[in-house]
Amino acid sequence: MSATTTPVPRTASAPGSGGRVGGSRAALYRYGVGTLAVVASVVVFVVPFAFILLTAAMDATQASEFSFAWPRNFQLWENVVEVVQTRDYILVIAFINSVVLTLVSVTALVVLGSMVAFVLQRRVTRWTGAINFLVLSGLIMPPAIVPTIWVLQRFGLFATMPGLILVEIAFGLSFSILLFRAFISTIPRELDEAAVLDGAGPLRLFFRVVLPLLRPVMVTVVLVQSVAVFNDFQNPLYFLPGDAGATVQLTLFNFQSQNLSSYNLLFTDILLITIPMLLLFLFFNRQIVAGLTSGAVKG
Amino acid sequence: MSTTLRQASPTATSRPARGRPRTRRSPYPGWFYLPAAVVYGVLFLVPTLASFYFALTRWTIFTSEFIGLGNFVQFFQEPALTKGFVNTFVYAALTSGAKVVLGLALGMLLTSQIMGRGYLRAVIFFPVLVSTVGVGITFRVLMNPTKGAINAALGVVGIDGPGWLVDPSIALLSVAAVDIWKGVGLATLIYMAGIVSIPKEYYEAARVDGAGSWTLFRNLILPLSWPATSTVVTLSLIGGLRSFDLIWSMTRGGPGFTSDVIASVIYKQYQAGFYGLSTAGNVILFIAVTAIVLPLTRFLARKEVEL
Repeated sequence: MSATTTPVPRTASAPGSGGRVGGSRAALYRYGVGTLAVVASVVVFVVPFAFILLTAAMDATQASEFSFAWPRNFQLWENVVEVVQTRDYILVIAFINSVVLTLVSVTALVVLGSMVAFVLQRRVTRWTGAINFLVLSGLIMPPAIVPTIWVLQRFGLFATMPGLILVEIAFGLSFSILLFRAFISTIPRELDEAAVLDGAGPLRLFFRVVLPLLRPVMVTVVLVQSVAVFNDFQNPLYFLPGDAGATVQLTLFNFQSQNLSSYNLLFTDILLITIPMLLLFLFFNRQIVAGLTSGAVKG
Repeated sequence: MSTTLRQASPTATSRPARGRPRTRRSPYPGWFYLPAAVVYGVLFLVPTLASFYFALTRWTIFTSEFIGLGNFVQFFQEPALTKGFVNTFVYAALTSGAKVVLGLALGMLLTSQIMGRGYLRAVIFFPVLVSTVGVGITFRVLMNPTKGAINAALGVVGIDGPGWLVDPSIALLSVAAVDIWKGVGLATLIYMAGIVSIPKEYYEAARVDGAGSWTLFRNLILPLSWPATSTVVTLSLIGGLRSFDLIWSMTRGGPGFTSDVIASVIYKQYQAGFYGLSTAGNVILFIAVTAIVLPLTRFLARKEVEL
């Protein structure tokens, strides 16, 4: 977990700054290159986000000039109110839809994914190879879109929220299983045996003993999958068409087609749907970084 | 570990011992697979298998008429569709290549003693979390040829900026650049983890042997961060080959069909009601991904073992 926060040994520092790093050269590197990097990062990464924020605070006329400028009439709050009220509060409905979609599918991805990973890691049978292959296929292979719609229609689930939730689960399972499996391999088997000797059945063993130990990797799975599902555009576009079930990403797309003139409102919408991710980032920055790296490199 | 055992024991002993044959049952029951297998099987495996049949038909969801390889012939005869096929590989190769190079460079920079390191790590990673459609719309405005902020800034220093998204010859490259902008944070993060996990004794040993910074990079950092390279390449190729959200929100495949990729062709044919042709696009994407990613992961894994 502490991989990225461990201070790098001094000898490992400044790979580009020559043999033995003298005091003044190290300082030059630290501040000189550091300043350059900070300036470059402001231009490349901060300006686009500042642009979103500024445009979201402009009036319609100024926003349509596309300029990177301070708003003449600072009306961020008015824009927020207007965007929320647009088309009978469609954005509020979309937020509810997105939250339901994310909560339900991520919960299922955690429970179902960890159950599979547990048995897959612990019990080796002649099927294990085939199951591993299927799990990897799910990660690599692009899903077949129209045939999925065809299957959903057969079950009466096309263009319904349960249908979309099941699709997100099916497409996200592989990644969850791989992350959980890598972590479960670090939990000693003796623990299972002790629990079994104490009389725990499979359900109790898994839900009471193993699952609580998975907390670190669970944080990673929850964060990664929440970002993926909340920001997903392609699957709602295909599997949940129509205004009633629109997710926030689709409102962005629909606003874009309908109010081409009012870019301030479009950017207010971008700003609003970025806030959940921003909060996630502020609260879990360290876990995201640590978890993603441990999962991605070791898994 | 002892704490977890102690936590576990009360729940286990609280259940009175009944006459159930506990020891004969496996503690790892096969039915744990069942719920996941049903969802995955019905909504991923069945459609994937069905796609191989429906790609050979003229299909209206309700009825399908077998037409052999007609859809595939059409796919490779119409320039609009073939262009999408070629673009997919250009886009995937460009974005993964750039993410490896930039990710490694930024990873080394952000693991060294540098001012503002925490801020830099955060600001580079943040775009990974932001909605792709939001990023696409923002850059479409920034890249506007006449009013956009990018060309305005270039104009200040006397450069006449190109029509990023309206010039057919560079529209795809512009979208790829934004893809790199959004995804380089993840690559950097993976490289940071790889570089930090190199034991510091190696650096000391290399220094004692008189290794310069280039030797250090070429013979130490590059080979020992190979697992990170392998992860970055695989992840960005998988993402790049099926990329849809960013292209659709920035150009919708335009101007004309010059920035179409297979995924956007699939959507266009689906919208137009050509379900068979759309599914043929899916099968082509499937084959392309298999033909590239499977051998590549084998190769990367083998190199990893050799090192």
